[in-house]
Amino acid sequence: MPAAPTFPARRRWPSGIRIVDGAVSTWTAVVLAFLYAPIVVLVAYSFNQSRLNIVWQGFTFEWYRQVLQNSPLLRAAQNSLVIAVVSTLLSVLLGTVGAWLLHRYRFAGARTLQTLVAVPMVMPEILMGISLLILFATVGMGLGFTAVIIGHVTFSFPFVLVAVQARLRGLDPAMEEAALDLGATPLQAFWLVIVPCLRPAIVAGALMAFTLSWDELIVTFFTTSAASATLPIRVFGMAKVGLNPMLNALSAIFILATIAFVFFSDYLRKLSR
Amino acid sequence: MATMVHLRGVTKRFGTFDAVRDVSLEVGAGEFLTLLGPSGCGKTTLLRLMAGFEAPTVGTVEIGGQDVTRLPPYRRPVNQVFQSYALFPHLTVAENVGFGLRMQRVAAAEGQARVREALALVSLDGLDARRPHQLSGGQRQRVALARALVCRPKVLLLDEPLSALDAKLRRAMQLELKRLQRQLGITFVFVTHDQEEALTMSDRIAIVHEGRIEQLGTAHEIYHRPATRFAADFVGQANLLEARVLLQDEAQVRVSVTGGLELTVPRAAWPAGAMKALIAMRPEKVHVSRLANPAAAPAAAATNLFEARIEEEIFQGATDQLVIVTATGTRLSVVVANESAYGEIFHAGDHVSCALHADDLVVVPAE
Repeated sequence: MPAAPTFPARRRWPSGIRIVDGAVSTWTAVVLAFLYAPIVVLVAYSFNQSRLNIVWQGFTFEWYRQVLQNSPLLRAAQNSLVIAVVSTLLSVLLGTVGAWLLHRYRFAGARTLQTLVAVPMVMPEILMGISLLILFATVGMGLGFTAVIIGHVTFSFPFVLVAVQARLRGLDPAMEEAALDLGATPLQAFWLVIVPCLRPAIVAGALMAFTLSWDELIVTFFTTSAASATLPIRVFGMAKVGLNPMLNALSAIFILATIAFVFFSDYLRKLSR
Repeated sequence: MATMVHLRGVTKRFGTFDAVRDVSLEVGAGEFLTLLGPSGCGKTTLLRLMAGFEAPTVGTVEIGGQDVTRLPPYRRPVNQVFQSYALFPHLTVAENVGFGLRMQRVAAAEGQARVREALALVSLDGLDARRPHQLSGGQRQRVALARALVCRPKVLLLDEPLSALDAKLRRAMQLELKRLQRQLGITFVFVTHDQEEALTMSDRIAIVHEGRIEQLGTAHEIYHRPATRFAADFVGQANLLEARVLLQDEAQVRVSVTGGLELTVPRAAWPAGAMKALIAMRPEKVHVSRLANPAAAPAAAATNLFEARIEEEIFQGATDQLVIVTATGTRLSVVVANESAYGEIFHAGDHVSCALHADDLVVVPAE
């Protein structure tokens, strides 16, 4: 009778790797908890009957009702939306055209201009706010919607420009030439060929610009009038007076809107494929 | 043959670098002209001057009898096939091909018919709705071709359009391009660094070197009668030998070449009055046979006979490449056909006799 074949014992991972593996998983869990626990708590307490954030007294929609009936708050949300949309559109226009000019044409001072464009991205917002305020005062322009929008465009268009520039560097230079060769004028070539090629970068830049404008506080603070006060300005004002469960409810709505927005833009991106 | 493209004394300077130096060139209507040269020689700049992507520093460009020197690309009756194809990724195949017609404001119905016709011409029917990224390299190449041809250009410019294809597809496309060009009768100006491509397709070849046209002629002329050392070296293989006159009479010149081998060259081929020149010897022009069997080679007509030893044998399938060394020490590369697996097979170390017709030696003036 032949001897039964013997198999070597199944090799196990060396214990060192298992320890590292466990440590990495734990670390990941801790980081995620650190990021999301405050948000979960905030949303949970927006349904709390108590005016105090620390004690749970029962479930309620009261704070949501108050938010939706608070007309100054709704007005501020509307202002924020208008300002964010307008400044995003302007940023996209300036950023895209600016990136194309810097990429496509060689002219004196192009390098300096390139550097100057990056300045608003790194400049402290407080300085931006003050210098804009001084500027508007000097030229005699009143504060309000226009001033806020100008302020927001100033710091958000560089983000569009940088995103578009990165895309342009990877773009085949023959793309524009092919369009010109087929009879398109430089303007047609830009609009019909270059812009569609840049679309992912333009969308990314626009999302960035919108987000920056939507939660901007400091520059807005220096350039707004009472009528153009944005949501962050109002919330800041409310929080100074004391924590209010309404803020929790408002934040929960924001979070929901943000998540919806992310899914929507993802859906749009898939659709455009 | 009417002239379709006419460059007159064109120079293109980039900063301090002359990419093109005083080039004059006429391309006939319906001709297939290839600009052949190594990378950086100025051939692409010449093409871009015709397309209008560059303006000449000096000189004029005429297309179809019209001076287009100052016209932008979108006003020139030429279209180009780009090396990268440059298909528009956001448009379908049909929209890509129809782009030029859209720019010319051709009516929709006529435009669609012409797009269909162009796609059929390059055998791409049925792919209208695809996007460029859903196509293979060869298909993209055809779309680029259809997109340029649909505009019915007077001249089609092709910038190394086959370089991204694999060898087999490239050969098929060479023949297809040639067929298309004959069928449509459009002037083709083709840029390549691949000499085989140039020899296969062209009516005439312009060898471009350091911004100048080194030689302009048919494939036969370029191959058999290279005018310069560069032309001899760049197209095909050649043994380049420095030659020095030993004796001469009215009919012949007897020269000694590098390594000491003595050859006879027809008087007419030798540059008048020169004591030195360069001899280009194509490897396949040397007839090699075994010493024992001299009658096998067509030696009777040849005027140059010598003996040599095979130093190296490189099997290449249809041919055998041999490195041979003559008694005096001249080293030559020769190519023999592998006619039969049972016939003459040469091995390293064999002694052979070589025959070379004097007319097959190309004499290039020394620089």
